[in-house]
Amino acid sequence: MSSRAAAAALVLALALLAGCAAQPKSTVVLLPDASGRDTAVTVDHAGGQLVLDKPYAAAQLTRDGAQPASANAAQVMARFGDALAARPLPPASFTLYFVEGRDEFTAESKRDFDGVFAEIARRPVPDLVVIGHTDTVGTPAYNDTLSRQRAEVVRNLLVARGIAAERIVVVGRGERELVVVTADNVAEPRNRRVEIQVR
Amino acid sequence: MKPLKPLPVLALLLTVLAAPAWADIGQIKTRKGQVTVERQGQRLPAEVGMTLEAADVLRTGPDSAVGITMRDNSLLSAGPNSILALQRFEFDPTTSQGRFDSQLQRGTLAVVSGRIAKQSPQAMTVRTPAAQLGVRGTEFVVAVDE
Repeated sequence: MSSRAAAAALVLALALLAGCAAQPKSTVVLLPDASGRDTAVTVDHAGGQLVLDKPYAAAQLTRDGAQPASANAAQVMARFGDALAARPLPPASFTLYFVEGRDEFTAESKRDFDGVFAEIARRPVPDLVVIGHTDTVGTPAYNDTLSRQRAEVVRNLLVARGIAAERIVVVGRGERELVVVTADNVAEPRNRRVEIQVR
Repeated sequence: MKPLKPLPVLALLLTVLAAPAWADIGQIKTRKGQVTVERQGQRLPAEVGMTLEAADVLRTGPDSAVGITMRDNSLLSAGPNSILALQRFEFDPTTSQGRFDSQLQRGTLAVVSGRIAKQSPQAMTVRTPAAQLGVRGTEFVVAVDE
């Protein structure tokens, strides 16, 4: 590490721990992504732009500009432990499939559907998003309608099992989010599905 | 009395029709200690389960914290002595397109970005007094010292 980078790291470490400064100061630290997705934050400031694209890459900012820096897990916990502890549970996702041509879940999806209720019980104020998806057979507009209708079928099943309708949002994503990418007008059972997100 | 001009009436009607089915942009999922929501000049006590609206400002007291889930699945949580303004939130759940701008004026904030940032990098920003963050994804923390 160069002496300049070492000095910047020291300044950041002190600022993270002390949390005070002569003038308003902002600190940004990029964290590792829990599921390994690409992750980056751009930082526009008085002197230009920094891009943070490595885990624990950091920027120390004042009104005059920015210093690139790096942090570590212990520093982040010391400064951000309270904010991180208050983070809501991430949404839990359940993907359900129907028996071909019928409004009936496959045997596996019937079991998954039961799991939705266990997830709801884990959360203090659960709300649900029911998202319908289609394959690429038919026009995008037709599939928007169809996917929404499938999601409404699942919403009705949830309501029948005692979930308040006002806690459920129904969405039709049409053919925008294929699990198996196909050409247009390809029947693909794995793309015909309804996702329930419990938040 | 002059007859009503048709244009403002039409504009009003369109505004009503264009309003989203749910005015809420997110929900408070966790709360510790003293947390308030400033809405249209009023300061409301924040409770778990409370729904949030665009332009709400969340404030946490000493030894307090709050966690919210936005409609696009973004997760924001603020530590003690924080001020977080939810300046703008628009989200189309069908296309995943939208816009989410928030501002941390003071304190600490942890963010996991959601569907808006995933669909359109740069459609989600977090401002601080010294910078504007463009969120490509996904997890980061921000502190603003006084």
